[in-house]
Amino acid sequence: MTMENGFIHTTFNDRDETPEIAESIKIEVKNLDLFYGDKQALNSINMDIYTKKITALIGPSGCGKSTFLRCINRMNDLVPNCRVEGFIGIDGHDVYDKDIDVVAVRKRVGMVFQQPNPFPKSIYENIAYAPLMHDIVKKGKECDELVERSLKGANLWEEVKDKLRDPGTALSGGQQQRLCIARAIAVEPDVILMDEPTSALDPISTEKIENLMLDLKKNYTIVIVTHNMQQAARIADYTAFFHMGNLIEYSDAKTLFVNPKEKKTEDYITGRFG
Amino acid sequence: MKEQNDNYFYIPQIKRRNQKAALFKGATIMAIVFSVSFLIFFLVDLGRSGYPAFFQTYVKMEVTINEETVENPYAAVKGKNLKIASRAWLRDLPSEVKQNPTWMNTTREHWVLANSEVDQYVKGKESRTKQNDRDYVDELKEKGFVELKFNTIFLTTGDSKIPENSGIYSSIIGTVMTIIVTMLIAFPIGVMTAIYLEEFAPDNRWTQIIEVNINNLAAIPSILFGLLGLAIFINFFGVPRSSPLVGGMTLALMCLPVIIVSSKASLKSVPASIRQAGFGLGLTKWQIVRDHVLPLAMPGIMTGSIISIAHALGETAPLIIVGMIAFVPDAATSFTDAATVLPAQIFTWAGMPEKAYLERTAAGIIVLLAVLLSMNAGAVYLRKKFERKW
Amino acid sequence: MSTQTLYLIFFGGLFPLMFLGYVLGRQKAITIRSQGIKMHSQPDQYGWFGALYTGLPIITVGVCGVFLYLFGVHAIPPTMLLAAALGVGALTLGLLVKNIQGTTKARDLVEDLIKGMLFTASLVSVLTTFGILLSIIFEALHFFQMQSFFHFIFGLEWSPDTAFLEGAGRADANAAEAKFGAVPIFAGTFYITAIAMVVAIPMGLLSAIFMSEYATPRIRSQVKPFLEILAGIPTVVYGFFAALTVAPLIVKIFAVFGIEAQYQNALSSGIIMGIMIIPFISSLSDDVISSVPQNMRNGAYALGMNKAETIRFVVLPSAMPGIIASILLGISRALGETMIVVMAAGLRPNLTWNPLEDMTTVTVKIVESLTGDQEFNNPLTLSAFALGLVLFVVTLVINIISVSTIRKFHRKYKVSTL
Repeated sequence: MTMENGFIHTTFNDRDETPEIAESIKIEVKNLDLFYGDKQALNSINMDIYTKKITALIGPSGCGKSTFLRCINRMNDLVPNCRVEGFIGIDGHDVYDKDIDVVAVRKRVGMVFQQPNPFPKSIYENIAYAPLMHDIVKKGKECDELVERSLKGANLWEEVKDKLRDPGTALSGGQQQRLCIARAIAVEPDVILMDEPTSALDPISTEKIENLMLDLKKNYTIVIVTHNMQQAARIADYTAFFHMGNLIEYSDAKTLFVNPKEKKTEDYITGRFG
Repeated sequence: MKEQNDNYFYIPQIKRRNQKAALFKGATIMAIVFSVSFLIFFLVDLGRSGYPAFFQTYVKMEVTINEETVENPYAAVKGKNLKIASRAWLRDLPSEVKQNPTWMNTTREHWVLANSEVDQYVKGKESRTKQNDRDYVDELKEKGFVELKFNTIFLTTGDSKIPENSGIYSSIIGTVMTIIVTMLIAFPIGVMTAIYLEEFAPDNRWTQIIEVNINNLAAIPSILFGLLGLAIFINFFGVPRSSPLVGGMTLALMCLPVIIVSSKASLKSVPASIRQAGFGLGLTKWQIVRDHVLPLAMPGIMTGSIISIAHALGETAPLIIVGMIAFVPDAATSFTDAATVLPAQIFTWAGMPEKAYLERTAAGIIVLLAVLLSMNAGAVYLRKKFERKW
Repeated sequence: MSTQTLYLIFFGGLFPLMFLGYVLGRQKAITIRSQGIKMHSQPDQYGWFGALYTGLPIITVGVCGVFLYLFGVHAIPPTMLLAAALGVGALTLGLLVKNIQGTTKARDLVEDLIKGMLFTASLVSVLTTFGILLSIIFEALHFFQMQSFFHFIFGLEWSPDTAFLEGAGRADANAAEAKFGAVPIFAGTFYITAIAMVVAIPMGLLSAIFMSEYATPRIRSQVKPFLEILAGIPTVVYGFFAALTVAPLIVKIFAVFGIEAQYQNALSSGIIMGIMIIPFISSLSDDVISSVPQNMRNGAYALGMNKAETIRFVVLPSAMPGIIASILLGISRALGETMIVVMAAGLRPNLTWNPLEDMTTVTVKIVESLTGDQEFNNPLTLSAFALGLVLFVVTLVINIISVSTIRKFHRKYKVSTL
């Protein structure tokens, strides 16, 4: 399929038989509980995340929105004493299935972090390393193409095409973050998780990344955690409000911001707490 | 293959990648196992070769004591016995007799210290003892006249050219005196420097120079401190060579950087709020440091100092340069006497041709390591006990 | 009068005078205050003021006198110096006490003096560096006046046995000329250091990776003491082990293959030196690797890399400047290590690639030429200082590079994890 920015899409979701109806479910979350030791951090979350939409998770600090996000690509496995119960399925495939390798989950579900974290390598290597490792491409021309495609996909190609061998850490903060996004899409995931991707950036960089997200949702399902309600209102199709480890309210963004059903949601978006 | 492709979460080569990861982890574990097993092998080997030195062979034999043998003690034992008795023991006989006048004009059996070759033979080691002497020793052994007794000589005498009469006493005294000098110099100067740099120094170029200089000093080879001791302390200031004073001064300069760095770190860990509270009460900077900051930082300062002193205790190279490997049979009585230290004694014995010194070297090492380990353990205990999270 | 009596009188005068200063100063302050005059400081502070400012001139005069004597400017008779010092002290004491008034800022003055004392203490470390530098350079220059610098650095033959004749002024044409070509010594030093690093770098680095990445806190706290013990073993003990356990073992092992090894060989001292440096590299690298932010690792995990891949592709490259610095410090340690090589490597300058032969190092030659009789007009004794100068310069350069690299590394991550 051809995209308006000339971005030629790969064949990664040819296996995906789901017809492109507006509200197909990509991620299905059922009765998700999460414990840090004895402390329960998420209480029985139920949520459907829709294909090729941007879903924003909002809520006050410590409400569990980031924790929830990290459940989807099993980043919480890295936290000692962290225990997850319940079901998360991507196109019906259980993420927490004992027989699958966590590495494979993370190949399907990319993630972008709050702090841009390019590797201490060249821009080219930053992008090429993981696809080469996952055997998505072979070294050489095929790989060069993938790097170019990913950088274009992250709207970074024009800025860096002449300095692919420069270290990724030499870029500006906003460019670094777009490099991280390019890196994430290079492994051809279905879902991209973003954990406050713009909170460390200046307004101009933030705008560029927001525009990028709107481009990306044509191909990817995006889940974003944000502190910034305006941002959620600007870009999200769906919004979920978390509080104290509970999912309080989840609906399309417009409804949630304009006409919240829950008192707590209303208090939060009108700035009474948080 | 098809089944796997159908699997949504499938990555080719995942098995190989996981194997490689396991290999890598295995390599890191091997490195640790290597170090730990080296240490164990090392300690066991040392224990095995040093342990026998804590026991020494004594032989029960007839000793004649009269006017004549007090004059010439080598006549006190006869025939074959003379070949197995220690010359050092016989040499010391007259002074023993002086202390025990009742021994005069007697001929009776004493437990006599055997010479080192016989001792090695009894312990089942390589020995130059002749075959007929060996037979004689075996004969005595059957009669129960040969015994391994706890080696008090090793702990109570100084160095000697006669292996069975040599001990670590004088080198231990030398070590203690040297370390006293080191502590008296390094501790106050180190702590004062740390206080100056951490609490009083303005943040200017000169302070930076001092700091950089301290970092470099910490990494200068210890032998160069020996050159300093030789050229400045001995040749310029005229401090007596080989003395605990010059050794201690040299080691003090070597310890200084470590004490300063650890004291600074522990002063830094005292929170600024304590200082601000002091200023709020109208105390001067020095009063705050003396009465509030320093007491809180003391455990950390002590820990660092003990560790650096322990390090100095095992140091040999600079002390060789300032002459502390002199042959010193008697313990030093003043800080300007010639003395030797335990590590230097170990070095000297390790180079001795007689095999009997080998076990004494290892035993000396055991004593040294025991002291060092207990000092370090003490430092760790101190750190744990007073550890405080702000 | 013996030196000891002199010291006794000096301190016997110093301390009572200072005590007197304390008592009188405090007394004076109390008296003034009882007259209702407002005082700047507390009476105790006037006491300290009296004591410290009485001691200061006494010590200054004493130290100055000693230095005048040592530098050979002027030898003041000890008794006179003693009398002068104590006299000045007593005079100061009298003047101080007489002039104490309500406006005397005793507290500030005491504070200044203490600050001065602390500053003086901090000079000791600087003076130590200068002391080392001066003592080495002075004698090394002396050496290079007798021997050519060029030949020292590039000469292939070290045979100083006849040097004592030159020192004694009896060098004649018949005697073989003493040669001080230090290349074999430098070569031995670098060769043994290289062997040590072949052991220490992989082992130290892998240990550091295990400790910082794989070990659980419990295993870490159990393994750490072993490495610390390894680091705390005195070098003379390692030397003993290298010479009397490892070297014979190596001879035996190579004899099995029909290769003859010498009892003093570069291999045994190199291996043991390497083991000595393992904990050094491992603890420094451990610190560096642990300070790589978790955020960097997460980035790799999120792309589906496993732990080993993350370590190799992200963690180690990030930590590389610090790791290189720790390796450099390890090298500088190995170059300056003395006891192991003195005991296990040999005394013979030997230019060879065979690690089973004996060779010698800079430190061994320093020890060898400074034990026994020292004659400071003999090039053999002075050669120790020339070698020491080379050692000093090389290790100093390595240290400066590595310390500044480590600093840069820490600064970088402090900023980016804000």
